[in-house]
Amino acid sequence: MSLLVTKDLVKWFGDTHAVDHVNFTVKDSEVLALIGSNGAGKTTLVNLISGLFRPDGGQILFRDADVTHQSVHGRIKAGIARSFQLVNLFDQLSALDNVALTIFSREGKTRNLATLASGDSAVWDEAVEILRLFGLEAKARMLAGGVSQGERKLLDVAVAYALRPKLLFLDEPTSGVSTREKAPIMDTITSVVRSTGISAAIIEHDMDVVFNYSDRIVAMHQGTILADGTPDEIRRNEAVTTTLIGTTETR
Amino acid sequence: MSTLAPALQQTGSTDKTLRVAVPIAVLLALVPLVVPPYGAILLAYGLVMAIGALGFNLLLGYTGLLSFGHSAYFGVGAYAVALMVKYLKVGSMELFLVGAIAASVLVTALFGVVCVRYTRIFFGILTLALSQVLWSLAFKFFWVTGGTDGLRVPTPSLFGGLVTGAGDKTAFMSHAYYYYVLIMFCACAALMWVIVNSPFGMALQAIRDNETRAEFVGVRIWRYRWVAFLVSGVFTGLAGALWVPLNGLTTPDIMHWTFSGEIVFMTVLGGFRSFAGPIIGAIVFNYLKTYAIGYTVYWQLLLGAVLVALVLSLPTGIVGTAGKLAARFRGRS
Amino acid sequence: MDVLLIHILNSLLYASVLFLIAGGLSLIYGVMRIVNLAHGNLYAFGAYVTAWAIGTVAAGASVPVLLVLLPAGALAAAILGAVLEPTLLRPFYKRAEEYQLLCTFGLLMILEDLMRFIWGPYPLSASTLFESFGSLPVGESIYPTYNFLVIGVGTAAAIFLWAFVYRTKFGVVLRATSQNMRMASALGVNVNRVYVQAFTLGCFMAGLGGAIIVPSQSAVLGMGVDALVLAFIVVVIGGLGSLEGALVGALIVGFVREAGITWFAEIELAVLYLIAALVLLVRPAGLFGRP
Repeated sequence: MSLLVTKDLVKWFGDTHAVDHVNFTVKDSEVLALIGSNGAGKTTLVNLISGLFRPDGGQILFRDADVTHQSVHGRIKAGIARSFQLVNLFDQLSALDNVALTIFSREGKTRNLATLASGDSAVWDEAVEILRLFGLEAKARMLAGGVSQGERKLLDVAVAYALRPKLLFLDEPTSGVSTREKAPIMDTITSVVRSTGISAAIIEHDMDVVFNYSDRIVAMHQGTILADGTPDEIRRNEAVTTTLIGTTETR
Repeated sequence: MSTLAPALQQTGSTDKTLRVAVPIAVLLALVPLVVPPYGAILLAYGLVMAIGALGFNLLLGYTGLLSFGHSAYFGVGAYAVALMVKYLKVGSMELFLVGAIAASVLVTALFGVVCVRYTRIFFGILTLALSQVLWSLAFKFFWVTGGTDGLRVPTPSLFGGLVTGAGDKTAFMSHAYYYYVLIMFCACAALMWVIVNSPFGMALQAIRDNETRAEFVGVRIWRYRWVAFLVSGVFTGLAGALWVPLNGLTTPDIMHWTFSGEIVFMTVLGGFRSFAGPIIGAIVFNYLKTYAIGYTVYWQLLLGAVLVALVLSLPTGIVGTAGKLAARFRGRS
Repeated sequence: MDVLLIHILNSLLYASVLFLIAGGLSLIYGVMRIVNLAHGNLYAFGAYVTAWAIGTVAAGASVPVLLVLLPAGALAAAILGAVLEPTLLRPFYKRAEEYQLLCTFGLLMILEDLMRFIWGPYPLSASTLFESFGSLPVGESIYPTYNFLVIGVGTAAAIFLWAFVYRTKFGVVLRATSQNMRMASALGVNVNRVYVQAFTLGCFMAGLGGAIIVPSQSAVLGMGVDALVLAFIVVVIGGLGSLEGALVGALIVGFVREAGITWFAEIELAVLYLIAALVLLVRPAGLFGRP
């Protein structure tokens, strides 16, 4: 079953087709990797689906409902969440507060200005539990701006996860961290995603990560989808090998 | 897991805050009994300004919006009272407060719609500009507002007429009215404390730290900013209403940008990164200004120089600097 | 007919001075990304210095001497700007914007009182120069000749500035820095020097605005903030950081203000802000601004 379908999605930047009539699907309960060289249109596609940009043409269907013209808020309510490539956190709030605020927002409780946030133990329990899932419980009281880069990447994903999405977009969750740290981060993220049965679409450059952790791979090139298949199929795909993997592996 | 959660929650629990706040409130209640009337009245001015600065800091400290136009809301509160006296012959302080709140809700709701779409310098410019418009209206519609002569406001009756200021005005202001202001101050401070520590308050801080991400966790930025703007303006309007009877007169001066500057100044002086900063800043500023005015006509120059020095060298204000010094002292001993 | 012509001339007169102030504000913002809240005070400073030079120091001197002294205010404002940028503004470029605003706000307070300290609380006039020019017939009415000079200076400043920014090497450096400060710096542009030059030029323009207008209306306390508030409207309408925007904005504000003074004096400022608010709702970055 398809969770998300885009139909002929188009986005222009000046004269360039950043996203050129893309038909992209995400299935239920899968971990999908979105690969492609810089400028292939991966992040633009995610920005269109998550509502940061408006498309110039085409349609976005999420669980069979048209969300093409939905607000960011509406898409989050429908179940689309995302993390960011350059970590985007509330740096002057603690790690725990970052997650708790997200839960308050998800529950529609941020409208409440007449009671103390600290009194809502259900929210705080859940926030602690989410931090624990991501292995961050020891950093709960540290400011988000003060934890290590690897932990910030995880916290960024944890914040998006706290929205309890059905589809989670992760924009390069392992960029900017050392090679040694990549596997533990991906282990944590994929185990959380798989245990809850949600779908994740991960933009990633590191081919080892891509082949080890994803069920399906979508390769993009110059705004279009070049190939779509299982890791084995992609590995054998000549178009992908010549345009993408060759260059990435020699790097 | 539920045993771990409370231990991990935000610092600044209710118990701890009350342990600090209650003794301070008691001390403030004793002031009129031990200091001369003039001292109590001066402190009443300080407490009134503290309410206004608390409102201002909901925007600066918690939402990350620097308003240069809060004099407008202070003035709206003050003029609402003065016009109620002039046209409706009202004399009850409670009715004054209701009128001032209604007027400032109206004005801030309207101004807010325009202003909250912008941040940073554009927000500052717009708030300053809109306040100057109100100032020019107060100035030019002299047949309504009294122009530069202003409008007089007689001593009001308090608590639905239980206390009246029929006798000595100084005694009334330094005792009955002082306590009235003190009660309002405590109520406002408690209310603001709840607001900034509520889920709504957390959402404001999230907007301050990272607008894009706040949107992507489902916070509707403009709407939340607008509510913050409204609450902020109403607190400052309330301060304006409480200020008029103390001063006995309202003139367009309190709508002028220089007065907005004073609100900004006292908040930065106290420290806008802490809850108590604007309160302490307002009270200290009130004394500073009183003595500076007594000392030189160029007090604005003096304050400007202090402001520049402050942002250059002590950006965390009195509260932040005192906290740092205390931490260093504890570290040594 | 003559009345209409005089209204138009008055509008152009306002627009000329406003362009000088708002153009300076916009230029500084375009290059340095800071808004100097004390900018209006530099205009006032220019007015005071010229009024003092013409009306007090050289009172009674011949018209050519007075004309030579006229730009004194512009030079004084430029010198003040050249001193202020490195000492008070430079420490703030790497800090949060609130601090820059607070610092220039403190500067505003200081300059306001400094002018009162130096020149006292009473208006300072330089009207001898204005009167010595006499009037010219405009149809059946007459119009002060001096005002034509102001309009001329405003027009010349606009042309000069356009040529300076788009036709000189310094203009290229200026525009490069405003597009991308880091890149310009990496390409060998001395950003500190560009900043102090841009700030000085902006202050010079504001000071020139004050200097040329002061013979026709005295220098008074508070004129700086009044000008700042009007300059804000101009840049909000035109787009902060755009010189074309400042020109168009100044013309719009000039004409609306003249109409306001004639027909709706009480709500003139309110009407101007209404226009600014409408522009913002339709084009959030102003008519010529970069979003």
